[in-house]
Amino acid sequence: MGEKRPIRVLLAKAGLDGHNRGIQLVGKALRDAGMEVVYGGLRITPQEVVEMSIQEDVDVVGISIFSGGLMTIIPKIYRAMQENEATRDIPMVVGGILPPADAEELKRMGIKGVFGPGSDLEEIVEFIRGLARSRH
Amino acid sequence: MFKDDHLEAIAQARREWELTVLKPVMERWPERKEEFHTQSGLPVKRVYTPEDIAGKDYLRDISFPGYYPFTRGVFPTGYRGRLWTRRLITGLATPEETNKRLKYLIEQGQTGLNIIFDNPTTNLFDSDNPICEGEVGRDGVPCCTLRDMEVIMEGIDMREVSTSIIHSGPFILSMYLALAEKRGVPFDQLRGTLQNDVLSQYYTVNMSVVSLRDGFRLSADVVEYCRKHVPRWNPISFVGYQIREAGSTAAQEIAFALGSAIGYTEELISRGMDVDDFAPRLSFMFNCHNDFFEEICKLRAARRLWARIMKERFGAKNPLSWLLRFHVQTAGSSLTAQQPINNVIRTTIQALAAVLGGANSLHTNSMDECYALPSEYAARTALRTQQIIAYESGVANTVDPLAGSYFVEKLTDEIEEEAHEIIRKIDDMGGMVAALEAGWVQREIVRASNEYHRKLKTGEITVVGVNAFTAEDDEEVPIEILRIDPEHEAHQVRMLREVKARRDERKLREALERMKEDAAAHRNIVPSCMEAVKAYATLEDMRNALQEALGAGKESKDAFIC
Repeated sequence: MGEKRPIRVLLAKAGLDGHNRGIQLVGKALRDAGMEVVYGGLRITPQEVVEMSIQEDVDVVGISIFSGGLMTIIPKIYRAMQENEATRDIPMVVGGILPPADAEELKRMGIKGVFGPGSDLEEIVEFIRGLARSRH
Repeated sequence: MFKDDHLEAIAQARREWELTVLKPVMERWPERKEEFHTQSGLPVKRVYTPEDIAGKDYLRDISFPGYYPFTRGVFPTGYRGRLWTRRLITGLATPEETNKRLKYLIEQGQTGLNIIFDNPTTNLFDSDNPICEGEVGRDGVPCCTLRDMEVIMEGIDMREVSTSIIHSGPFILSMYLALAEKRGVPFDQLRGTLQNDVLSQYYTVNMSVVSLRDGFRLSADVVEYCRKHVPRWNPISFVGYQIREAGSTAAQEIAFALGSAIGYTEELISRGMDVDDFAPRLSFMFNCHNDFFEEICKLRAARRLWARIMKERFGAKNPLSWLLRFHVQTAGSSLTAQQPINNVIRTTIQALAAVLGGANSLHTNSMDECYALPSEYAARTALRTQQIIAYESGVANTVDPLAGSYFVEKLTDEIEEEAHEIIRKIDDMGGMVAALEAGWVQREIVRASNEYHRKLKTGEITVVGVNAFTAEDDEEVPIEILRIDPEHEAHQVRMLREVKARRDERKLREALERMKEDAAAHRNIVPSCMEAVKAYATLEDMRNALQEALGAGKESKDAFIC
């Protein structure tokens, strides 16, 4: 039937560091693939993720993380999304520098996709497209 | 460098060689690609000859090591006298754990310290602030008060060691100085470097405690203070490293770092300082990425460019002002998660480039840093890499062994030219502060990064294990990954609360009040910062004081650029 509007993705970076090369690249790849990228910037808080997801009516939320504190930070964001009825069903993906064991744990928790170092951009784009389609 | 008739003979011989030798071979065995480029995109010719450096004047452009324009290095004896300082970035978990790791590395033959701080400390947040939960000690060491510095340096002789502090502004350095004072170590015996370059880190670290211009001024205060009171300390290190990690080209890396150095130099001169008073203590930090010759040439070009800027643009007369001394860190962004042991080999090649480029100090990444902070074993291997280059390879036996290579001299020229052009653009925009505020630097870097990744995608750039020579078991990690026990964070928070409970509140308030007054009046911030630190002010106490006096910087919700 074709999509009524382009897929909208919230991209933001959590943690206190400033490494934004990864998120800039992913953003460009999504935009090149015809999606709309809502950019939440650096040091996003769980509350901001929830608010932006609702305001911008996004299909997917992507969080970039380079901080060693990821196993505290990501679950907090995930819980905040789960606790709000309006965002509960928005799928979340995570990318950044993280050990494989942490990636597995995040997936078990409910993060739909985890893209660690060395991930393929096209694979990320396709994965996000798949997530967005499955919601419509 | 060559006589005209000699060049003519070479040109003629080359044409003949092309026709009779090259052409038949090319017809039968074409080259692997139509065109060859460096990683940053500079064209690379099949073969270089004296024709490529015909315009070079040995004495003017290359000259002797330790002699203007220092293309061949800053010391006349290169590494024959003293090897580069081997210092590995260290910082993990808690001040206690970091102290242990530092001692271990000294025991293993490290010759300098290089301390990195966790994200909260870098941003001047205390370990007990809820915003830091989960990040304390994860990517460096927390250092909230003088107490933490006391623990980090416990049992390490501050007279003996040179310490690199990866932090900006007066805060952590004040703790280091206060500790020296406590131990009775005179400031003129302290050696080390404070990173402190707010400009070239603005994009990557996004320090937003105060505005860019205020941060710039505070970091210049540190330079001014150290020149008067800590004579052997390098109070600032202009950082190309992060710029490169963010995806810039080699020429952009040195141009933006030098652009920042020019900005600070102008600021310090405008304060009435003589360029020859502070320039000998300015230092730099560069990256070494995968393209071996490009990196070597980049370092040689940077040295020559800086010497000329100092002498010709700023009129520096002291030969020590002309020297570009630098630390190199091998490229963290080049490490691959796939087949991570390959990272040891990558790092070796990058470190070798740093050494052949004349680095004065070197950090080599550990193979496991694509995942987490390095384990002790991986860090030791990284240190051994440097020791093998230093003691086994023989490359340190003669100074700048690649000088005179037609290719190396030509590529050095090309990178210098490109960097010079970028510096001219920065000047036209009104300097580095203005260029950053306009977002121009940021856009240029992202554009280069996108270009690099485009080439990676098309296979124009090969990365083993990533877009070529992949293996079935790529995803398996055959190396141990360091885990930071969450208990360390709890311990750090307890220690911080104890310090806070013990301190003399009146003394602390007075010191912070003075810091606020000095900041508002634009007086040098270091003396009052030292007083605050001695009263066990935390980073956040000082952050708040500065923000009350100067206003907060705009929270850097960086833009999406593409």
